[in-house]
Amino acid sequence: MNEIERALRAAAGGLPGPTEEQDRTFAERAEAAGLVDVAYTSVDSPLGPLTVVGTPAGLVRVAYAGYRSQDDVLEDLAGRLSPRIVEAPARLDRARRELDEYFLGRRRTFDLPIDWSLCRGFTRGVLQATVRIPYGQLGTYATVAAEAGSPRGVRAAGNALGANPMPVVVPCHRVVRTGGALGGYTGGIERKQHLLRLEGALD
Amino acid sequence: MRLPPFQALYEEQRADVYRFLMATAGPLEADDCFQETWISALRAYPRLHRLDNARAWLFRIAQNKAIDAHRARGRRPVPVEAVAERPAGEPVALLEGRDAEPELWAALSSLPPKQRTAVFCRTVLDMPYRELAELLDSSQDAARRNVHEGLKRLREEWTQ
Repeated sequence: MNEIERALRAAAGGLPGPTEEQDRTFAERAEAAGLVDVAYTSVDSPLGPLTVVGTPAGLVRVAYAGYRSQDDVLEDLAGRLSPRIVEAPARLDRARRELDEYFLGRRRTFDLPIDWSLCRGFTRGVLQATVRIPYGQLGTYATVAAEAGSPRGVRAAGNALGANPMPVVVPCHRVVRTGGALGGYTGGIERKQHLLRLEGALD
Repeated sequence: MRLPPFQALYEEQRADVYRFLMATAGPLEADDCFQETWISALRAYPRLHRLDNARAWLFRIAQNKAIDAHRARGRRPVPVEAVAERPAGEPVALLEGRDAEPELWAALSSLPPKQRTAVFCRTVLDMPYRELAELLDSSQDAARRNVHEGLKRLREEWTQ
């Protein structure tokens, strides 16, 4: 009996594995069947690789590398949105194109649909006020708090921006302290400076 | 229960599922069975209630796709003997020159479905009998018998 078991093990080592073509086909078929609740891909940027995530409703998450691993980001989304998460880059083609154009300085506003379902209440209000700050302009924690309906909620606005699930696209980098200090940033202060320089808002 | 992202399961198991289907459904059917397995698994994933059961659950789906493929092939007007002797250039040629022993896998795929699943999962994947029993929807004793009987029949065919 041992001989046949050894022969099976050895022969199994010679069996081919699935190709990348198979992976692509699976992602496409899953998408066509409407089974991908959450699609993601990786997009290269001057600020390092971005994990870009979309639902059928629109862009739902952008994450920098470094602070949290991609696995952690997806694990969190599995709990908050749906575990049917597939690496299906085609859904993110438009997000990839708009991000590429933005980082090349050829795009000033993002036109892609956004899924706000990760943002609730005051946080959503603050982030939607942030989207209205024009390219290259600066807002303050106080003004976005006021626009979200809570003029005294400066600290809460800071927390809301710190929890921005879509940095770059929701431009929380344009929000600074009232005195002009840059304040914090989800991806680290260097990334905030990089984005503000790109937009000509910082020397 | 919190399920991990489906893609994590896919990346962890894609190579083993593919080899299982190459061995049990055959090189001509493996690609289609692979796709159908993962689409069915993704569809049913939110209803998976025990994470420690995920591999057995997944390979049960794969086994059923292999069985469907065997049935479909049986309905086609192709003599069984022709399956083992295909001209070069067909997918069977994939296995030649790779130390993959196409005759051994042909013999395996001629076993009854539970035996071929049991033999592959036990000898190649080192699956514990507890897990194999879940996969086969049988007792652990029955899982052992399927491994034992399958290996016995395979050895008889292989040494002929």
